[in-house]
Amino acid sequence: MAVFWQDPITFLRLWLENLLLSWGVPADWALVIRFAVGAVLLVTAALLLVILQLWLERKLIGRIQDRLGPNRVGPWGLLQPIADVLKIFTKEHITPAGADRIPFNLAPVLSVAAALMVWAVIPFSATVFGADLNVGILYLLAVGALGELAIILAGWGSNNKYALLGALRTVAQLISYSVPMTLSALVPVMFSGSLHLSVITRAQEVWFIVLAPVPALIFLTASVAEVGRAPFDLPEAESELVAGYSVEYSGLKFGFFYVAEFLKAFTVSLIFAVLFLGGWRGPGAESYPVLGFVYLMLKSGIVYLLMILFRGTLPRFRIDQVMDLNWKVLTPLALILLMVIALADYFLRGTLPLVRILGLLCINGLAYLVLDRVLSSRERLRRRLVAQPVRPVARPENLITSSDVGGRS
Amino acid sequence: MLNAWLYIGLFTLVAAALPAIAIFLAGLLAPKKPNPIKNATYECGVETVGPAWTQLRVQYYLFALAFLIFDVESVLLFPWAVAYQQLPLFAIVEAVIFLAILVGGLFYAWRKGALNWQ
Repeated sequence: MAVFWQDPITFLRLWLENLLLSWGVPADWALVIRFAVGAVLLVTAALLLVILQLWLERKLIGRIQDRLGPNRVGPWGLLQPIADVLKIFTKEHITPAGADRIPFNLAPVLSVAAALMVWAVIPFSATVFGADLNVGILYLLAVGALGELAIILAGWGSNNKYALLGALRTVAQLISYSVPMTLSALVPVMFSGSLHLSVITRAQEVWFIVLAPVPALIFLTASVAEVGRAPFDLPEAESELVAGYSVEYSGLKFGFFYVAEFLKAFTVSLIFAVLFLGGWRGPGAESYPVLGFVYLMLKSGIVYLLMILFRGTLPRFRIDQVMDLNWKVLTPLALILLMVIALADYFLRGTLPLVRILGLLCINGLAYLVLDRVLSSRERLRRRLVAQPVRPVARPENLITSSDVGGRS
Repeated sequence: MLNAWLYIGLFTLVAAALPAIAIFLAGLLAPKKPNPIKNATYECGVETVGPAWTQLRVQYYLFALAFLIFDVESVLLFPWAVAYQQLPLFAIVEAVIFLAILVGGLFYAWRKGALNWQ
């Protein structure tokens, strides 16, 4: 029997199970009820987490931009997101004339559902997980693709050119970035020999980010692009496409797109923590599963803070830069690293763990440096060709620079 | 194993039902005062010309094709990755050759200009 303060979730689960059986509920139905209760609790917890996230992100972005951020409602503005949710709940739902109603109304629901469904397979601690699928990673990638479907439904259903254009661009970006994402997700599978997320977590005696830092970096970049956050926030490039696919949405329907975006951001942090940062592993996590949960949340929280930092500090890419980064840098890099790691790990398999770690680190660094050299030399050549004809720039004389076309000659 | 999929099924239902119910309830609470101008397509104040569902550039389909190739390829690689720890050198070299052919294909598409966003 689990002790409450060691593993509260398992304790409550067993309590609920015994309670249902003592009421005379058949064992099969008891299971269904237990699953349903678990699913409702997990979904609610994930949606409540978004409220905290909204506050944290607005506050931090505010501080980065030398503002205070929300500070009126509640202590430190903590209740601001709740006020916002209440406000958006009572706003009118406008359906534009000529909209295709079924996709238009289905899209926000599907968008949130796609982000939530990932949570069903995440192992939160040694004993607490929703479903330990034998195709865990494939499930993650497949459910991630549902979000793209929601975006194209929203763009198509809105009967708006901006929305359709935004949706197509977004989908082009998302499907492109899922290629390097899938390829770098193969590396944890190779090291652990399983698609079970729990087995991948348990296999990380050494975190996979140490064994494969470059695939981890590719995965992180691709997942930032996959959730459409800055600097990859082309889906809602206000200055070009008004608001992309969500331009015709209002009220809670728009609110759910917003929620889905934040939820996805935390979800990919969670996936990154499970695949590369050792999931719930940490000192004492085996005997005290509740500690494992704390470790997982801390790790994914750190990844999430990193994503807020990206958003606060990096300017937005152009669409052709986004596509170039994916197809001409990340995809070749991921493919070649996969080959190199597969060969290197075969020869390092029998050696001491420390030798293996150092060997893989060196191989990663070397492969990255060589590829970066090759790829960036091409890029430099292209830029020089573009910059060759000197075009006069219409601007007043700049006293600080020496060149007559601006810039430092 | 069947239990795991039962949980996934229930979870999917709950995850879709919760936002759907919330939107339905908000729809009951929200004011409903439509008028033709409010419902018009929003294009920053300019009147819309022609239907929104127009023809699209072929560029998107080119990227979709490239994506399809790599997606199918990664699905083929997953079983190999699962078995990787027990594989002999021969099988690993085979997978490396498979990947090398794909890299060749990627560079071919690159040189043909299929990966340039115009």
